[in-house]
Amino acid sequence: MTEPEDYWDLEIKSSGSLFDLKLKDVWQYRDLLLLLVRRDFVSFYKQTLLGPLWFFVQPVITIMVYNLIFSNLAGIKTDGIPGPLFYLAGTIIWNYFADCLTKTSTVFKDNSAMLGKVYFPRLIMPLSVVFSNLIRFGVQFILFIMLLLYYLLAGYPIAPNACLLLFPVLILMIAALGLGFGMIISAATTKYRDLAFVVSFGVPLLMYTTTVIYPLSEVVKKYDNYSWLIKFNPLTAVIETCRFGFLGKGSFSWDLLLYSGIFTLVILFTGVIVFNKVEKTFVDTV
Amino acid sequence: MGKVIKVENLSKAYQLGDFGTGTISRDLERYWARFRGKEDPFLKIGEINDRTSKGASDIVWSLKDINFDIEQSDAVGIIGRNGAGKSTLLKILSRVTSPTSGSVKIKGRIASLLEVGTGFHPELTGGENIYLNGAILGMRKAEIKRKFDEIVNFAGVERYIDTPVKRYSSGMYVRLAFAVAAHLESEILIVDEVLAVGDAEFQKKCLGKMGDVSKSEGRTVLFVSHNMAAVKTLCNRAIVLANGQLAYDNKQLEAVSFYQANNNTKSSFEHTGNMEDAPGNQHIRVLKFIIRSLEGESISISSGLSFEITFFNQKAGINLDSTFELKNSDEIPVFHNGALISTNNDSKRGLYTVKGIIPAYLLNAGNYTFKLIFGENQRYLLYGADDFIGFEVENETKGSNSHLAPGVICPKLDYTVSYHE
Repeated sequence: MTEPEDYWDLEIKSSGSLFDLKLKDVWQYRDLLLLLVRRDFVSFYKQTLLGPLWFFVQPVITIMVYNLIFSNLAGIKTDGIPGPLFYLAGTIIWNYFADCLTKTSTVFKDNSAMLGKVYFPRLIMPLSVVFSNLIRFGVQFILFIMLLLYYLLAGYPIAPNACLLLFPVLILMIAALGLGFGMIISAATTKYRDLAFVVSFGVPLLMYTTTVIYPLSEVVKKYDNYSWLIKFNPLTAVIETCRFGFLGKGSFSWDLLLYSGIFTLVILFTGVIVFNKVEKTFVDTV
Repeated sequence: MGKVIKVENLSKAYQLGDFGTGTISRDLERYWARFRGKEDPFLKIGEINDRTSKGASDIVWSLKDINFDIEQSDAVGIIGRNGAGKSTLLKILSRVTSPTSGSVKIKGRIASLLEVGTGFHPELTGGENIYLNGAILGMRKAEIKRKFDEIVNFAGVERYIDTPVKRYSSGMYVRLAFAVAAHLESEILIVDEVLAVGDAEFQKKCLGKMGDVSKSEGRTVLFVSHNMAAVKTLCNRAIVLANGQLAYDNKQLEAVSFYQANNNTKSSFEHTGNMEDAPGNQHIRVLKFIIRSLEGESISISSGLSFEITFFNQKAGINLDSTFELKNSDEIPVFHNGALISTNNDSKRGLYTVKGIIPAYLLNAGNYTFKLIFGENQRYLLYGADDFIGFEVENETKGSNSHLAPGVICPKLDYTVSYHE
């Protein structure tokens, strides 16, 4: 052997560094990440007649209901944008965030059988959630683009603009926010499950604290003193910027976006560290 | 040849009981102690892990100060009773959980098979699951592609490869799962009793594959099993764990016999004191179980033996039976035989004694354990106890042959010999 006698490839100890994220390991297991994403995607529509078309059904029905209730019945203004388009933009982004968060937050519990038997970098699991949902988001985004083209050709006053270039960054922010919050919750629920209950009813309610079914301009108009509450939600800036970029209506502010960006980074960083700390022994308590 | 695994002072503590509102104050206390840089106050009072006696604290050491080295291309059997810490050791070695203190140093890639078919998705086809399971076990996609045909061949499921695995028979499922695992290319392979699956033909194939892995491919194998016969054939070394501590570490044959000899030290049992504390439950309390030689002091092949059990029966007016299951040290059942105590629904509440005789020239030499089963109507279990008591049958010289004859039984048969010109 050419290696010295005291050279070891791996040392298993009780506690490692908090910041050792084993990103090299994650890269080694990239094939697993892809296969897990594929598994989620394929198993979603196995044994169905409509197949991947089911990805469209949920948002279509949702926006029809929203349009009926919030726009027609409650009369909440949509910044002059056609209702379906307005709601679809908000809904698909919100859904992406909510799916990332809820699926990541139960990642230890859902996969405990697998995680309790085999080692692979645990970070793969939440990452696969984010990527699987990204595919879902992508499919729904195609639906949005089709609807957008329809309204454009029909001559509605919609004006896509240069803010579109921010779109990839915005999606990254949504994913990071969902991932970060999800990892914090998943780490907090390995021993005491209480927080899991909060997530199950809290996430649908959280939708009303950001601009999914109403535009920010309406809040400012009606309750200017309290609009900071809505702006405080880091998702607000992301959704508003998206709407502004694609539809030309809505509010856009670098300040708010910067605030969201910093918020996202802090959450993601905290999430990764907490997750990294818990993953080593969660098997004993989950 | 060098060391590939070095285990130093490895310990792992577990918390017993339920996690609830009662445990959070203690958790906070522990965090506070660690925050100040002090030792965890609850680990100091931890006890060794003896599952049969109720301890004072609910922190228990599943492993305590384990030290050993493993050389390259060793095939090491890890044996011990249930709860001795075998699985905990494997979990730490395969990085599923972290130790509480101590360290393990490893050279080379390590793959663990604590269970076959981990991550199999019922909706995916056999082929898709080969890729997924392979990746979970640490293979790259290209590697799986290269071995795909070989895996399918080994499992013998060519025809079903495009069918979702939820339609597989349980045997096919397990064969496919083991086939993926067996084709892992790692320097160290950890296996946990996965061989207890499939039909006899497939089990043989698995054992053969495991033997190849360590003998001809020069890889290191760690093998946990209760199957002493398999440990004897596969391993060249064995480690015995008892109550979370290293009890014996040596050549496999010696370790196996050490384990078998210590597996059950009691060969007679007599309860003194309150009847409520005697082994049993609300139906049955076992007060006495004594095994004696029929001839002379020690039990040997030619002496035969008697066993006598005294117990208190609480359930009157039922059909009571007591059944004895004898197992040898390879965990092979020798017989399962019952005494019908009452057949007309007329059992009485009170003391019963049952005496049985195993004649000479039935049992071969070796270590045996009795499993006790008390039943109602020969159908419902009133009380059962594994490995309740054990005994040893001594070998004896037959003609010029003093070696132990193979076989589960050692009958004295009548032969007639005739010579034909």
